[in-house]
Amino acid sequence: MRIKLKQLEDTEKFAKQLIRYLKRGQVICMVGDLGAGKTTMTQFLCSLLGVDDYITSPTFNLMNSYTGKLAGDDIEIHHFDVYRIFDPDEMIEVGFDEYLFGNGISIVEWANQVEEMLPKDSIWLRISFDAMGERILEYSGGPLTDVIMDEFEYLNE
Amino acid sequence: MKINENQNVNDVITLAIETSCDETACAILKNGREILSNEVYTQIEIHQAFGGVVPEIASRNHLEKISEVMDKALNDAAVTFSDIDEIAVTYGPGLVGALLVGLSTAKGLAYSLDIPLIPVNHIEGHIAANYIAHPELEPPFACLVVSGGHTHLVDVKSYTEFEIIGRTRDDAAGEAFDKIARTLGLGYPGGPLIDRISKEGNPLAIDFPKAMLDQEHMDFSFSGLKSSVLNYLNSCKMKQIEINVPDVCASFQHAVVQVLKHKAQQAVISTGYETLVIAGGVAANSSLRAALGEIPGIKLYYPPIHLCTDNAAMIGCAGYYASRAGNRGHLETNAVPNLKIGEKKY
Repeated sequence: MRIKLKQLEDTEKFAKQLIRYLKRGQVICMVGDLGAGKTTMTQFLCSLLGVDDYITSPTFNLMNSYTGKLAGDDIEIHHFDVYRIFDPDEMIEVGFDEYLFGNGISIVEWANQVEEMLPKDSIWLRISFDAMGERILEYSGGPLTDVIMDEFEYLNE
Repeated sequence: MKINENQNVNDVITLAIETSCDETACAILKNGREILSNEVYTQIEIHQAFGGVVPEIASRNHLEKISEVMDKALNDAAVTFSDIDEIAVTYGPGLVGALLVGLSTAKGLAYSLDIPLIPVNHIEGHIAANYIAHPELEPPFACLVVSGGHTHLVDVKSYTEFEIIGRTRDDAAGEAFDKIARTLGLGYPGGPLIDRISKEGNPLAIDFPKAMLDQEHMDFSFSGLKSSVLNYLNSCKMKQIEINVPDVCASFQHAVVQVLKHKAQQAVISTGYETLVIAGGVAANSSLRAALGEIPGIKLYYPPIHLCTDNAAMIGCAGYYASRAGNRGHLETNAVPNLKIGEKKY
């Protein structure tokens, strides 16, 4: 499913709809070039999940963890940035699989670089630019399969 | 027990270990501020091939190098294990696998030698590098910590008390340097390369955004600047305009430096201190040093280049003061990859 993100509010609107589909253990995979808006999406998701902290880039440490709320209960949110990873084996060392298959919500930026390690029912968000320089968000996988969201115009496949 | 002739029985000899990222480092210090030896084995060459740190390679190499580096540090300082009074080690922030190599080594040594273990925050170590370089420097002061993973303004209240008064809301300054350098195909690490190339460019050629310059708080944001440089490069490519790399580097660096300077100045005003200190890898940036030197009415300190980058001497210095304040670790002390400035988690 492909939609256009015309302005910052659209990213927030999408994040608001997305969090309704989230359950414990859900992995959200993000793909897109530098500056595409992956961290911005993560910031909206975390803030909507009640994280009261700055969501800074985890490039240096590979991951940051936060505590948010899901259905009134505390939930751990793990924010990964695997920008520097070229071999999935490297992720085993930071305990990547333990977080991915744990109880929290994991958000993985540059997920395409470690695709083999990610759970089958992960949500995939791919952000790209069209010829006009506008952001296109393509979502698929897990609970978002075949979901049509309100308030968005859909682009042809 | 052999006592070295240049040592007094009252001297405190600290052995320090640092393995949080690229460097496997070990140092021996006397009384906190005097370096007896400072060994650094860097993996930058290995990581250059990949355009950045490769975590698994990083910790494997730490494991291979740590004994060798430590032996060399002991030899250079002309001390043996029996001369060591305490062991300081970085326990965060950093890559967990890399941190654990240093921490486990330190714990093993502290246990077998029956001497105190002092866990040190890597960033507080960067601040302490200034104590080694400047014997007259004493807290309190305002400190701008800028590195690949961190951009903070810190109120350094004492040798062991720190309060964050400003920080980045997204990317670290050094990270922006690395990402822009990578996009321009310059290599890794990006900071020194951009600094060098900038000298041939015009810092006012392209007006990149200087985020949050008009805000009163002391927080930073570099993500918008990064996107703006990338957009500029893309639009040049689409319009088939040749990119002037020195101008892009100089203009980008100018935007970063102006923001850092402005916020550092605010920090000096809000704390009322007359001393400003720069710490972290980006403290080596010549343009940043020059700009901060222009702030009126302050005394500016920064470490020499070899103490700006990761090293164990700075960890030993921070550890020495932590130990005097009674801060000690134990065998259950664990690595804390997300450790924040001022936090004690051991």
